[in-house]
Amino acid sequence: MDLVTPGFGLVFWTAITFLILLFILKKFAWKPILGAVSSREESIKDALAAAEAARREMENLQADNERILQEARAEREAMLKDARDMKNKMIADAKEDAKQTADKMIAQAQEAIQSEKKAAIAELKGQVASLSLEIAEKVVKQELSNKGQQEKLVEDMLGKATLN
Amino acid sequence: MTITGIAAIGAGLAAIGAGMGIGRIGGSAMEAMARQPEIQGKIQTSALILAAFVEAVALFGVVVALLQG
Amino acid sequence: MNLSAIRTLFLGIFLVTSFASYSQNESSALEETLLEENEKENKFDPKSMIMHHVKDAYGFHIIDIGEKKYSISLPIILWTDNGLTTFMSSAFDHDYYGNVVVESNGGKFVNYKEKIYQLNPGEDTLVKGEDGYPANTTKPLDISITKNVFMMWVSMLVLFLIFIGAARKYKKSENFIPKGIASFVEPLVLFIRDEVAIPMIGEKKYARYMPYLLTVFFFIWLNNIFGLIPIINGANLTGNIAFTLTMATFTFIITTFSGNKSYWKHIFWMPGVPVPMKIFLMPIEIVGMFTKPISLMIRLFANITAGHIIILALMSLIFIFNTVAIAPVSVAFSLFIIVIEIVVTAIQAYIFTILSALYFGMATEEHEHH
Repeated sequence: MDLVTPGFGLVFWTAITFLILLFILKKFAWKPILGAVSSREESIKDALAAAEAARREMENLQADNERILQEARAEREAMLKDARDMKNKMIADAKEDAKQTADKMIAQAQEAIQSEKKAAIAELKGQVASLSLEIAEKVVKQELSNKGQQEKLVEDMLGKATLN
Repeated sequence: MTITGIAAIGAGLAAIGAGMGIGRIGGSAMEAMARQPEIQGKIQTSALILAAFVEAVALFGVVVALLQG
Repeated sequence: MNLSAIRTLFLGIFLVTSFASYSQNESSALEETLLEENEKENKFDPKSMIMHHVKDAYGFHIIDIGEKKYSISLPIILWTDNGLTTFMSSAFDHDYYGNVVVESNGGKFVNYKEKIYQLNPGEDTLVKGEDGYPANTTKPLDISITKNVFMMWVSMLVLFLIFIGAARKYKKSENFIPKGIASFVEPLVLFIRDEVAIPMIGEKKYARYMPYLLTVFFFIWLNNIFGLIPIINGANLTGNIAFTLTMATFTFIITTFSGNKSYWKHIFWMPGVPVPMKIFLMPIEIVGMFTKPISLMIRLFANITAGHIIILALMSLIFIFNTVAIAPVSVAFSLFIIVIEIVVTAIQAYIFTILSALYFGMATEEHEHH
């Protein structure tokens, strides 16, 4: 029975001691310790957030770099394409020019040939005509005695003479 | 039989009850831990608290026995 | 293989010798009680020995060498009809059977079973009544510095040293990195915060209760441990109902004062049940309000006291059987119990703290509509 009867003295001292303990520890121990722990946790959280931000920025930078590189590559591609196009065009132009010139020359040559030919034909005709006249004179002179033969000859001659 | 003897028997009975109770808690906690090892910590904590509750009942018996002392 | 065998051998020798030395320590403390008991009744009475060791005392009885008794005496402070009366406990000359009468400040005092009684005026010797309690005495208001109070102050100093020291370490170190004692303290503090306060009370309100919970936890834990130290065994502070009563009262007061509207509503007018049920539940809830701290009080008291009683009872076996042959058995058993008790010191402190936190959580909980 004694064991479960609280003594006043111990209750009194326990209450006082505990209140002193609570007050002093709260002020000088729990507050600094909990404060330190929570501010450390805070700083860790901040540091983690900063690291995350830095990582994101890094990613952004990398993406930028990538983009710039891409653009540069595209530009180079375009420039090369332009150059190639220009080259092709120049070649094509040159070819065209050459062809035109050649065509022109050929045409001129053909014209010249034609005109030469015409002239030659005309000359030939003239010569043929004069030859024919001569021949005709000779034949006429020779064949004027034979009337039938005479006419036949003239016709043959004429027929042969209209070659061109 | 003296009153002290009766008190001792009472304390013994309380101990039997508490023993069974804590045994059940322990067994079920083990089973639960085996089933879900990932929440072992939580099970342990609540098993401990429950054991304390059951034990308190037995200790009430002990205190009643002490009242005779 | 050889090496490990030798190691095992040495370990065995060490354990046996330490058992033996431990048993000597314990038995010397027991023998003095035994001697006194023998003088009076010529028979060993384990019950009175155990009760004497579990209860509070006026002064530390360290050891007897021959006829000489060595003890640390502590001041006795009494409030009597004549006002404050103080004298040292050595005045009783180690007597706690009411044989030595001390006169001080016009009153006569005896120490009977570690309680101070004031003899009624005109009386010279203690007379025991039929119930075994002193009959011709009054009990003065006793606020002596007993063994328990003294150890409580020692524990207070130790707590100051540890925790204020730890707090200093934080101030000195950069970036609040724990060093030295702080690195020992921090996991415990964080354990109370993360495993006890936050789950039980909630993220929003736990901070208010942290100082109380931390103080209670470490105060009870340290005093539980002090109760197990053999040389001051019997400075059984946490196994004293006065101590647990005070601690439980603090929890009760804090719970009551931090109770919000919904807490009181749940006690007096339980929402969500029919009116007859409300009336039926009200007394139950009101009783429940008080049984919570009472169970806290009894749990700690009975756990620690029961542990001490078991250890002492096992030791008493030697004297009950009156042979040294039983000594190894009782020492082995009590060592086993002591190891369990070391675990119990922490568990009981933890249980007290977590249940206090649970009650605070219940008092401050914001209920959803149900």
